[in-house]
Amino acid sequence: MGFFLETLFGGLMVGMLYALVALGFVLIFKASGVFNFAQGAMVLFAALAMARFSEWFPQWFHFESKLLANVLGFVAAALCMVAVAWAVERFALRRLVNQEGITLLMATLGIANVLDGGGQLIFGSATYKIDIGMPKDPMLVLENVFEGGLLLNKEDLYAAVAAAALVALLTLFFQKTRTGRALRAVADDHQAAQSIGIPLGRIWVIVWSVGGLVALVAGIIWGSKLGVQYSISLVALKAFPVVILGGLTSVPGAILGGLIIGVGEKLSEIYLGPYVGGGIENWFAYVLALAVLLIRPQGLFGDKIIDRV
Amino acid sequence: MFYRENGQFKSSYRADLALFPIAQDRWAMLALMAICFVAVPMLVSDYAFRAVLIPFLILSLAAIGLNILVGYCGQISLGTGAFMAVGAYAAYNLQVRIDGMPLVLSILGGGVAAMALGVVFGIPSLRIRGLYLAVATLAAQFFIDWFTNRVKWVTNDSPSGSVGVRSLEMLGYEFSTPVQKYLLCLCFVVVFGMLAKNLVRGAIGREWMAMRDMDVAAAVIGIRPVYAKLTAFAVSSFIVGVAGALWGFVHLGAWEPAAFGIEKSFQLLFMIIIGGLGSIAGCFFGAAFIVLLPLLLNYVPHWLGLPISTATASHLEHMIFGALIVFFLIVEPHGLARLWSTARQKLRLWPFPH
Repeated sequence: MGFFLETLFGGLMVGMLYALVALGFVLIFKASGVFNFAQGAMVLFAALAMARFSEWFPQWFHFESKLLANVLGFVAAALCMVAVAWAVERFALRRLVNQEGITLLMATLGIANVLDGGGQLIFGSATYKIDIGMPKDPMLVLENVFEGGLLLNKEDLYAAVAAAALVALLTLFFQKTRTGRALRAVADDHQAAQSIGIPLGRIWVIVWSVGGLVALVAGIIWGSKLGVQYSISLVALKAFPVVILGGLTSVPGAILGGLIIGVGEKLSEIYLGPYVGGGIENWFAYVLALAVLLIRPQGLFGDKIIDRV
Repeated sequence: MFYRENGQFKSSYRADLALFPIAQDRWAMLALMAICFVAVPMLVSDYAFRAVLIPFLILSLAAIGLNILVGYCGQISLGTGAFMAVGAYAAYNLQVRIDGMPLVLSILGGGVAAMALGVVFGIPSLRIRGLYLAVATLAAQFFIDWFTNRVKWVTNDSPSGSVGVRSLEMLGYEFSTPVQKYLLCLCFVVVFGMLAKNLVRGAIGREWMAMRDMDVAAAVIGIRPVYAKLTAFAVSSFIVGVAGALWGFVHLGAWEPAAFGIEKSFQLLFMIIIGGLGSIAGCFFGAAFIVLLPLLLNYVPHWLGLPISTATASHLEHMIFGALIVFFLIVEPHGLARLWSTARQKLRLWPFPH
């Protein structure tokens, strides 16, 4: 029982990260109708920027404080992501208005290439550390309930709290601010939003920036666990089944989908893996998502797909 | 001036339905065939065959297969690499396990195996659509990646997981030099190119296109969605499987599962989008673009004499490749095939456009 719960918690923590990446997808898809394959590259780019700037600033300005370096690094990385968002809108999206979904999808693959290459060109392609002072030591909880208690990673808990805070913040931003309302209007209907005077271009820059910031947070959490390197951009491949499972247009769907996939992946690897030779983590998520889609073609929480002739 | 069809009257339905109704097109096609079959083998170096022409031919074949599914039937697939892998491994197993299996038969057998898998993974398309389907087809990709990595039987218990083909032999004739391999690929491409061209302009091709344009409306006028979609998946993955078998046997010779990873799927999708969705000629343009661009980007620093480290060069290559893709999508979203057809329209009136 204890082992099962540990696995479950491990799955939930991984799922939280998937959910963060998936959240970036959903935000961008809702507002600009682009299925953003570059999300993984954005996570890599953001994490690289964060890791390198927090390493460079103390050297440039000769100070010691770790906290200051991290804060400055975070701000610089965030500015980088806003710049990326601006460039994407200026050079690609603006000229691809009204194209088909697949063309936009391919364009984001091109953007992913640019970001992958550019990020590693500017920031270097070795493995870097992000150290934001998260405690690495494990802790035991519920010792009086189970024999031996549950072994949890404090780092994971902090990460989960950070992710939850981010989601809450985003919800507030979307529900309570003027810009958030404009974003929701664009997500509902591009033409209607434009006709009442919402500037589409600016909205896209904002939403890609928000997507970039989400990517930055995901990159920091992921990077402080495992180090920043190229393979981080592959986490996006794990986030695809999450988004289609939850529904392409649903924020709660992305979060719940992430948790389902994270838990499903870990449990299946441990309880099903030995029978078929292990390593099934890679495709289990997809098959799970496929199975759900066969019953609900729009995912768990997606907008119902209505055919009009 | 030379490219105009006035004076060419069609006096029978056969002539009207011909593959190339304009005489100049027929002659140009024959000339192209003559160049490909006779002139190229005599003039081109072995390196060019290995590095450019053979990959180009095989990838165009795969692109034709994918274009039938995506361009004609409108079902986006990101699992092409998996179907190529199935073709290659099935052909390998046929070759290894059956003594004296003719080469062409085992390659076609690879196609049949890929076709079976394609139909299975095509079934969800009856319910799932658009981008959801695109992501769902990734399931095929990752499942086959895992399958070829983990199931020892597939690789004939090879300890490293990589498999190789000793010699390409058929009825006592051995394909050993690059020229012979090139001609083998060329034959496959010509035959399947003609087949595909004829399929897409026939009844079934029109059903696919109706499905692509609006599946509800197509169903209303009496096109069976199950039949149309599944045949598209079957034909497409058969051709992709054959291309995969050729890629493994002829181009690589020895390969491991990573050869058919997700990058291959994306690469093929790039080809058909840059070449032109729903166009057979576009597949060739797209394949040429994707095969030549990295080679070119590799050589440019050498020509300019720039001292760039390999890592920097590869990152730059990535960036330029990505930027060019975006650029092409912006200036010609319908692909190079559209440029080609515009040029032909212009040429018909040239030099007196009014």
